[in-house]
Amino acid sequence: MNDTTTSRGARWLRALSGADTRGTCVQYADAPLDGETARFITVAPDPANRFPRARDNVVGLEQGWRLAQAVREAIAEDAASGKQRRPIIAIVDVKSQAYGYREEMLGIHLACASAVDAYASARLAGHPVVALIVGPAMSGAFLAHGYQANRIVALDAPGTMVHAMGKEAAARVTRRSVEDLDALGETIVPMSYSMASFAKLGLLDELIEGIDADAPSDAQIARVRNVLAQKAREARDDRSGLAHRLQGESARRTRAASIEVRKRLAQQWDAS
Amino acid sequence: MSSPNHAAPGALLRESFIELSARERAAAVLDAGTFRELLGPFDRLESPWLPLQGIVCQADDGAVIARGTIDGQPAVVAAIESAFQGGSIGEVSGSKIAASLELALADCERGKIVRPVILFETGGVRLQEANLGLAVIAEIQAAIVALRAHVPVVGVIAGMVGCFGGMSLAAALCSTLVMTKQGRLGMNGPEVIEQEAGIEELDSSDRRAVWQLIGGEQRTRTGFADALVEDAVDDVRAAVRASFAQGVPHTHRTEAVEATLAKLAQIDPTSVTPETMRAVFAATPLNLRGEQA
Repeated sequence: MNDTTTSRGARWLRALSGADTRGTCVQYADAPLDGETARFITVAPDPANRFPRARDNVVGLEQGWRLAQAVREAIAEDAASGKQRRPIIAIVDVKSQAYGYREEMLGIHLACASAVDAYASARLAGHPVVALIVGPAMSGAFLAHGYQANRIVALDAPGTMVHAMGKEAAARVTRRSVEDLDALGETIVPMSYSMASFAKLGLLDELIEGIDADAPSDAQIARVRNVLAQKAREARDDRSGLAHRLQGESARRTRAASIEVRKRLAQQWDAS
Repeated sequence: MSSPNHAAPGALLRESFIELSARERAAAVLDAGTFRELLGPFDRLESPWLPLQGIVCQADDGAVIARGTIDGQPAVVAAIESAFQGGSIGEVSGSKIAASLELALADCERGKIVRPVILFETGGVRLQEANLGLAVIAEIQAAIVALRAHVPVVGVIAGMVGCFGGMSLAAALCSTLVMTKQGRLGMNGPEVIEQEAGIEELDSSDRRAVWQLIGGEQRTRTGFADALVEDAVDDVRAAVRASFAQGVPHTHRTEAVEATLAKLAQIDPTSVTPETMRAVFAATPLNLRGEQA
């Protein structure tokens, strides 16, 4: 747990599933969760990756397709065995998608979409899919790894954040200072980088407090595991898919427009 | 770049698709006279977030949803208006697209097939609505994956904005993608690449290099899109109809995991160019994808 070359995502993967992990830039393992087997998956730094712009904990070409492979392997195995569909836990610690010339050329959009497809297909097939945010959950990388989950939980710790664009880049593009951006996030909830604001949007199912994200104690790991087990159980009984995100009290307050669009579009759908 | 009206004799007489507004594009894709807009400007469902930042809203939030028919079959078209905020996806515009796909899915699940078409013209998330833009894009993606099990989901990238950011993933999830030469499809826009990785990685002002990399012709030749059409209403209409006639593909592009990993393994990242990658990512236009038997 003290390996400084490893990442939060990789450390949480080992904390939750043990040392017997597979893969390099995408690492995963099957391990017990609440009396059944769950698949835990994370994206990890890969200093030797042959694509130089995808050596950090970012989602590049290989990461996208390997995520899809790890998820689809679990779907196929459970479909073949006829056993209960195992929970899939996405441990999220992704700075961004990989930005590069080769990445665009070789279809990083498709690589990320393959991961989206795999997670969405797992959810549709009846796998409870839970995202555990332990670090940054940024932009296209979060779309590929976590955002298709039935339930999303996060550690309430420094370094966890969700956003559509990194702070420095967002400041440059919108011609604001980072300080201005933070101030704006306090009044305009979707602009904020904080997990508390993300929760206000109805998108977070639980903010797990009092956890040391970098060096968790055994008791803290056990608490996180309990939350994951509980969310996986909830997800198994809930076939509403992503509509779940619009059903809570927070969403009724902050996503009123999303709800209104759906209501009125349904009224107008069939010609009268 | 060639001009929009090059090539075939008589091209000058043909109506450009690129020059149409989102509303006109939606009408052009549907059977003549069947266009019926849902949540139109008079419904005044606008962004709740832009006025808080001193930005003037548009009454349709830049997304046009229309019902009608395609070859006589019930259809829904979601068209993004690039003239408003660069076609960026906000809470309302994105929810309109997601909700239209969700309603099409509900009909399909009841055995009533609705043909869905998405006309992409977007830079991705609207930064003023940041996290909600990202959230609704995840919802659009979820709806495409669920819906395409029942009916092809057909995407069109005509240009000139192109399709970027999280919406490029949505485009990749479509059963069939129709592009013009002027259309561009990429996750990170050229300016973003230059900013994040440096001008030696990509000079975003080099238009020829950009189109060679992510333009419609290259994307179609390498299997990332299925049909390359002229910038002409008739050609776009025909390609959309051909896509539905073909039915749901046996394997969607995003499902071809092993085949694509095998292709990537053949690529040498130090030397690959848009030209040399064609040998590995070879595709026959009009949807005969290399990886399928």
